[in-house]
Amino acid sequence: MIAGLGPQEWTVIALSIRVAVVAMIAALPVAVGVAYVLARKRFPGRQILNGIVHLPLVLPPVVTGYLLLVIFSKNAPVGAFLEATFGISFGFRWTGAALAAAVMAFPLMVRAIRLGIEAVDPGLEEAAATLGASRLRIFMTVTLPLITPSVLAGAVLGFAKALGEFGATITFVAAIPGQTQTIPSAIYGLLQVPGAEGAVLGLVIVAVILAMGALLLSEWLAQRAVRKVGR
Amino acid sequence: MLEIDVRKSQGAFQLNATFEAPDGVTAVFGRSGSGKTTLVNAIAGLVTPDAGRIAVDGTVIFDASRRINLPPQKRRVGYVFQDARLFPHMTVYQNLTYGGRHDAERVIDILGLTQLLGRRPAGLSGGERQRVALGRALMCDPQVLLMDEPLAALDAQRKSEILPYFERLRDETRIPIVYVSHDVSEVARLATTVIVLDVGQVAVAGPVGQVLSRADVVPVIGTRAAGAVIVTKVAGRLLDDDLTELQFSGGRLVLPGQLGEIGQHVRVRIPAQDVILSRDVPGNMSALNVLPVTITQINPGRGPGVAVGLKAGDDHLLARVTRRSAGRMELAVGQQLYAIIKATAVGPQDIGT
Repeated sequence: MIAGLGPQEWTVIALSIRVAVVAMIAALPVAVGVAYVLARKRFPGRQILNGIVHLPLVLPPVVTGYLLLVIFSKNAPVGAFLEATFGISFGFRWTGAALAAAVMAFPLMVRAIRLGIEAVDPGLEEAAATLGASRLRIFMTVTLPLITPSVLAGAVLGFAKALGEFGATITFVAAIPGQTQTIPSAIYGLLQVPGAEGAVLGLVIVAVILAMGALLLSEWLAQRAVRKVGR
Repeated sequence: MLEIDVRKSQGAFQLNATFEAPDGVTAVFGRSGSGKTTLVNAIAGLVTPDAGRIAVDGTVIFDASRRINLPPQKRRVGYVFQDARLFPHMTVYQNLTYGGRHDAERVIDILGLTQLLGRRPAGLSGGERQRVALGRALMCDPQVLLMDEPLAALDAQRKSEILPYFERLRDETRIPIVYVSHDVSEVARLATTVIVLDVGQVAVAGPVGQVLSRADVVPVIGTRAAGAVIVTKVAGRLLDDDLTELQFSGGRLVLPGQLGEIGQHVRVRIPAQDVILSRDVPGNMSALNVLPVTITQINPGRGPGVAVGLKAGDDHLLARVTRRSAGRMELAVGQQLYAIIKATAVGPQDIGT
């Protein structure tokens, strides 16, 4: 069945993994930060921030893709600024696919991590403060170790979501083979071609293996983390 | 010395506390909801008062009018929480040294922590947790130590295991300690100064011997908690009967058990409800202690009881009798009579060093 996979399909798989990993790694620190702010800080506009974070979850993915196009394409203000300043461009490149995947995965990651932060007793952070630890040290030595399982859960959810992202990606950066064609868009494309059932089945199996593998890995890491926390 | 002047509104509740805590243990005593925890949180910087000033040894750590409000990190306040708040993912040793390793060896020794260093908090008993929490606070080299009901979650057995450590800490360090409690036995054993909080206000403040023996304090702290604290010296042992004779300014007290070596100071709390008053020298009876006393204060409460303040030598005692007895005996301030104390009325929880 995997024999149905030609060099083109392997390119698709490699690109998909790269897109999902980069999207997950880039979004993770931001998700932890936003989750912390939403869980622990009370400020005007908190509900608005919460709404913006969750928007990709409730908007039609095509709409999210269109908004990304409007904001990040070469001619759009933010896209033009990023290209001029940092030399980063998103238009019809794999980086654009990663951006779309990260945006779509972001709310899921924030939700998972936020639950973990809310479960940490703020009294422990207070205790650390009376012991002279700076806010940064408190976060790194108390909060972060205690939320490691939920950060891992968020990372896996994010990775899986990024791997499966379809609507926003295809709207934002299309499905250019070798550039932006990920597993879902490749499967969709191959379904239109007669006689490509073998390749479709191969890609489907790879998608299942990747998702399952990520899940098992995160379970294993989370169990180690829980044992370390000693609860 | 700790100077405290704190005002804070929380909904309908108003905390308004002004007092000074000298070196030694200052017990903040009061019923639950009297504002004790809010007060220590304000000292620690975990709660910001609406107004007031807090200074430690002359260093201002909070002053609303001058807009000084040091964060908890900068206050050098050691805080032992009721629930210990040990970091669950660290070993005992990592917990202890989280804020510093000031005098680490001695702290580990005083608190008996050597055997626990490699363990994790989940595997510790309640008493062990509190000892680790205390050690962790001490290793930060604090200028003030705050203890918020550190024994409230423990049973009597565990309490009696830990109290000697606290007494040693009080006697061997020079850190002012603010000790929050609603247990009068703890207060009587540990405190040098007592602040009684009542619905957010300081009702009484002063040295422990004076505050707990005042008749007018009884309604505030509760009739069961009322009872004088006197400092005595071991005068002798009655080996045949396993009794200890204690000398104080008002005479001699005989109490059960071995309470210390001869010449050693022993603090004794005499519960007001266990003191009997008599106008004549009582004759043939079982109680071992009969002390001549003078009535200094008579304070009728809301119920059937009357609190009677007594002077025995230079020390103060407190008795609680019924209104009926007080009337029948025609008790009056200045009257001389006898206080009778059963030797077994003073339990081990009421005796400290």
